[in-house]
Amino acid sequence: MADATEAAEPLFSTKNRKTFKDPFMVNNPITLQVLGICSALAVTAQLKPSLVMGIAVVFVVACANVTISMMRRFIPGRVRIIVEMTVVATLVILVDQVLRAYAFEVSKQLSLFVGLIITNCIVLGRLEAFAMGNKVWPSFLDGLGNGLSYAAVIAIVGFFRELMGSGQVLGFKVVPQALYDNLGYTDNGLMVLAPGAFIILGLLIWVQRTVSGHVED
Amino acid sequence: MEYINLAIKAIFVENILLAYFLGMCSYLAVSKKVPTAIGLGIAVIFVLTITSPVNWFIYEYFLKPGAMHWTGSAKLAAMDLSFLKLISFIAVIAAMVQIVEMFIEKVSDTLYNQLGIFLPLITVNCSILGGALFLVEREYDLAESVVFGSASGIGWFLAIVSMAAIRQKLRYSNIPDGLRGLGITMLVTGLIAMAFMAFSGISL
Repeated sequence: MADATEAAEPLFSTKNRKTFKDPFMVNNPITLQVLGICSALAVTAQLKPSLVMGIAVVFVVACANVTISMMRRFIPGRVRIIVEMTVVATLVILVDQVLRAYAFEVSKQLSLFVGLIITNCIVLGRLEAFAMGNKVWPSFLDGLGNGLSYAAVIAIVGFFRELMGSGQVLGFKVVPQALYDNLGYTDNGLMVLAPGAFIILGLLIWVQRTVSGHVED
Repeated sequence: MEYINLAIKAIFVENILLAYFLGMCSYLAVSKKVPTAIGLGIAVIFVLTITSPVNWFIYEYFLKPGAMHWTGSAKLAAMDLSFLKLISFIAVIAAMVQIVEMFIEKVSDTLYNQLGIFLPLITVNCSILGGALFLVEREYDLAESVVFGSASGIGWFLAIVSMAAIRQKLRYSNIPDGLRGLGITMLVTGLIAMAFMAFSGISL
């Protein structure tokens, strides 16, 4: 391969910046590629667990992408899924242990969904689609971009669900008490439950696709 | 009776897809046609029913704190390997899916052709790993884990088949551009989830 030309490519070339930026709008993993929906819905009843989950996924995707990209020439095609799973599972165990040590409350709230990052399709999807065929640095950017755009989407969903479901943001009351007392405003309990998650995400997809102009047939 | 209760809870009240959001990716990707949805649904029931007891066995006899008591060695019995549960569960699931794939290839060519690309996806179907993790969290025994595994599979099957049927009809309706496909599917799933909430509180 032409190593000389690749070495000459600047760290933040247009192509690399595109790799990093695309997932946010043009190619958003959740709203356009429909990946990683499970955890996007399950942990978003409140904003705080959503943020923690977002950070965990950014870490796992970026590190897994780098690791697989370094090993890509040595992984036999037939067993690549198992190799990828092992790498991802190792990283997730790391995250799980760290959360348990330093953020026990949140880790309890997230319960088994930290473990389910392993089966988060975004992770495996990026490994298969990008890291297996690209160099380490672009793979890192790709992982970072996809992880961050995922984190952004679940943060938005978490924000709205917490706001409408319990009138709070990050545990602080933001809907004024007077509204409850005088106008008979009540929290929409449905938002905290499962159906609220589906509906908020559905609406978010609608907005995002209207903005980006993506139409599915 | 206890088992029927557990099964009803896992199928309707706490449906693994509609209440815990597990297995959403393949649910959204494969619910376009009823026959493929049925095929994948059956595969999930099958894999869940098999992997649940196997994972239960591994956790109970190898990973749980003090699980290796049966070896007779005090050193082994004192070990707590429960942090390995994620990696060993996913390995069991990957192996089981491989076996199911080979089995289907032998038995039915049409089913294999239809499910071919989706079968590897079952490995990353969160409902399977989620089911295994629920077993540990809720401390089910062997019989309960078999019942829970198959009932969760049936619940997932019901959800995906009903969604596929609705989506086939949806194709004839006039939906705003941005909402077409994924968007409307999420909204309809929300409505189904609401309907399933009506089952909450039922116990035999």
